[in-house]
Amino acid sequence: MKVAIVKYNAGNIFSVEYALKRIGCSAVVTDDHELLRAADKVIFPGVGEASTSMRYLRRHGLDTLIGSLKQPVLGVCIGLQLMCRHSEEGNVACLGIFDEQVKRFRSAVLKVPHMGWNTLQPEKDSPLFAGVPKDAYVYYVHSYYAAVGEHTVATTDYVQPFSAALHKDNFYALQFHPEKSAAVGERILQNFLNL
Amino acid sequence: MLAKRIIPCLDIKDGRTVKGINFVDIRDAGDPVALGALYSRQGADELVFLDITATHEGRKTLVELVKKIAQHINIPFTVGGGIDELKDVEALLAAGADKVSVNSSALKRPGFIDEIAHNFGAQVVVCAIDAKPDNAGWTCYVSGGRIPTDKKLFDWAKEAESRGAGEILFTSMNHDGVKRGFACEALARLSDSLRIPVIASGGAGSMQHFEDAFINGKADAALAATLFHFKELEISSLKKYLAERGIVVRL
Repeated sequence: MKVAIVKYNAGNIFSVEYALKRIGCSAVVTDDHELLRAADKVIFPGVGEASTSMRYLRRHGLDTLIGSLKQPVLGVCIGLQLMCRHSEEGNVACLGIFDEQVKRFRSAVLKVPHMGWNTLQPEKDSPLFAGVPKDAYVYYVHSYYAAVGEHTVATTDYVQPFSAALHKDNFYALQFHPEKSAAVGERILQNFLNL
Repeated sequence: MLAKRIIPCLDIKDGRTVKGINFVDIRDAGDPVALGALYSRQGADELVFLDITATHEGRKTLVELVKKIAQHINIPFTVGGGIDELKDVEALLAAGADKVSVNSSALKRPGFIDEIAHNFGAQVVVCAIDAKPDNAGWTCYVSGGRIPTDKKLFDWAKEAESRGAGEILFTSMNHDGVKRGFACEALARLSDSLRIPVIASGGAGSMQHFEDAFINGKADAALAATLFHFKELEISSLKKYLAERGIVVRL
């Protein structure tokens, strides 16, 4: 199986590559359109700022490419946010694969970023969460979140419930970091590879 | 709910763990990867690897070590110790570290925090602060607690936050190593005055001390080294104890 990780100007891309290696899968990290199109699975990870990332994706034609992919695609963290319609971070139009809006956490009590381990509540059946117990802990680091919408398949509660995972057609996305979420995260990555 | 984090800290010299005795579960307690993996299995939420090597050669070893850790450990980890240039940060992150901790380098040149946050994001920067109280309040120290500075704990933590630090790792030097509990009063004041997470460090001697750090000290995470290395306390028992007392932890 060929797995490609989208290479762009975001951090943390190599963590996903290492995580795949741990579960016995070698992936190519690339921004080459042909390699991305030819892959069986595509992962769109990263940590970064939304408007800067969107500018880079547009300049490299990756915005239209990602939206046109037919194989299973997995967005992680800012990958999820960039797959939504719009982000408040830098007030930028995103890929629009999911109709959800990305907003900043606002709380007088809770700390931002939302950093650490929090629980996952499945809202709809998703193959990504096969064998993952209810209230399983996953690792988060983010200040922006996608609101709950029609494509939300799992939520986590911080300030208010937000989209922990989205799914539409061949597009999947996770706000948490499966690559850092111990055995639970590895199970979710394996489930994606098994699609 | 967001869980309180338990973070073991491993001291590294020339790529090997220093201190620590042999664990029955691993062959070589000096191997940071094996020890880190053991802590991870026991339920550690993150790991901190603190490099105490002073030489340039040792630094190169550190990057190689970070690669190995990233290949084997499936929880977040922070690397710290003597990081004072952006290219060090870049090399460590590219090798797979999730965060870097800066201490003396940031006190000497506070703009270093801005640089790291600007280039790699605030979530990458853990600002470690070693401090102890004197007549003028809590004074921050550099060089492993040997040299006092003119910076005060609460002001410096606030400044670090505004410069882009993602977390504050506060070690009370008077509490460190004496096992009588964390500096809960200062911790609570820090936590109340900041919008970023605070990691308590220095003083853990019992399970009760962790409970105090989370409840009275309002800490988001607690770090300990010797207590775990010398098997005085196992992470899984500690988390079970905290859960029984109503503290949210990942079990």
